[in-house]
Amino acid sequence: MKSTILAFVSGLLFGLGLAISGMTDRQVILGFLDLFGEFNPQLVYVLAGAVVFTAISFRFVLRLPRPVFATGFQLPAATAVDRQLLLGAALFGVGWGLIGYCPGPALVGLAGGLRDAMIFVPAMLAGSFTHYLTDRRGKIGEE
Amino acid sequence: MGSIPITRSIHGNWGWHLNSWSNGLLGGALIGLSATLLLWSIGRIAGISGILNGLGSAPRSDRGWRAAFLLGLMVAGGLAIQFISHAPSRMQTGSTPMLLFAGLLVGFGTRMGNGCTSGHGVCGLGRLSWRSLAAVLTFVIFAMATVFTMRHLIGSPA
Repeated sequence: MKSTILAFVSGLLFGLGLAISGMTDRQVILGFLDLFGEFNPQLVYVLAGAVVFTAISFRFVLRLPRPVFATGFQLPAATAVDRQLLLGAALFGVGWGLIGYCPGPALVGLAGGLRDAMIFVPAMLAGSFTHYLTDRRGKIGEE
Repeated sequence: MGSIPITRSIHGNWGWHLNSWSNGLLGGALIGLSATLLLWSIGRIAGISGILNGLGSAPRSDRGWRAAFLLGLMVAGGLAIQFISHAPSRMQTGSTPMLLFAGLLVGFGTRMGNGCTSGHGVCGLGRLSWRSLAAVLTFVIFAMATVFTMRHLIGSPA
């Protein structure tokens, strides 16, 4: 129960962070990706804020013997840079560049009733499910 | 090259620049705090695509926290963008076939590559993972190349 509440609070913070920083506007994202046009550095600030935070905080958290409400840390086991990783990232990058939505902001946009997100998210779920079906090993590991 | 970088600055209802470095850093820190809370409390990585994918395929006992996290994300984010006037309009109109195609690629690619901007970006880089750094560089480069192609070679804005 406690872990469910904490996951919910964690989700609240994440959604608030995305909205406050402007990441839910896909034109802001496309602006960041448009190096040779109207470049918009906003995403750099957001990623910097987040990564500086986690780079410091994760060091302390991962020194604990275990999480507070679970038996162990579940970190991605894979460390190799393999074909799956790079091909997947490349396909994701093309989709991201076409429209400017990645999964988090798209889900927030759906919740906020944005028309584009309402079209994008079902297709995103279908794409994910397609990979699940074609890759019967059905990995769960998230990063 | 040749064009001057222009940062769009748009005032929100709250009377500050929502699209500014300070809001970026603040929002980023909140995202970092979220990922820290999740790791500290239940030992999980705050990667949106991974959490979402596991909702359908993880063991039943491993689904509750996923649903709770995503619910929180959508409640807070969905409400927040109602109160931010810079928030994208509901009428924002990307081409429907392009939205569908991009959605398929994002869903397929993030599952194949085991992560998206949050998992590989925020959490993976925070863990100093080389694998995640390789993923981030790959998707940013491909996304930039796609925008360049669409906007400057084909001339079709998304």
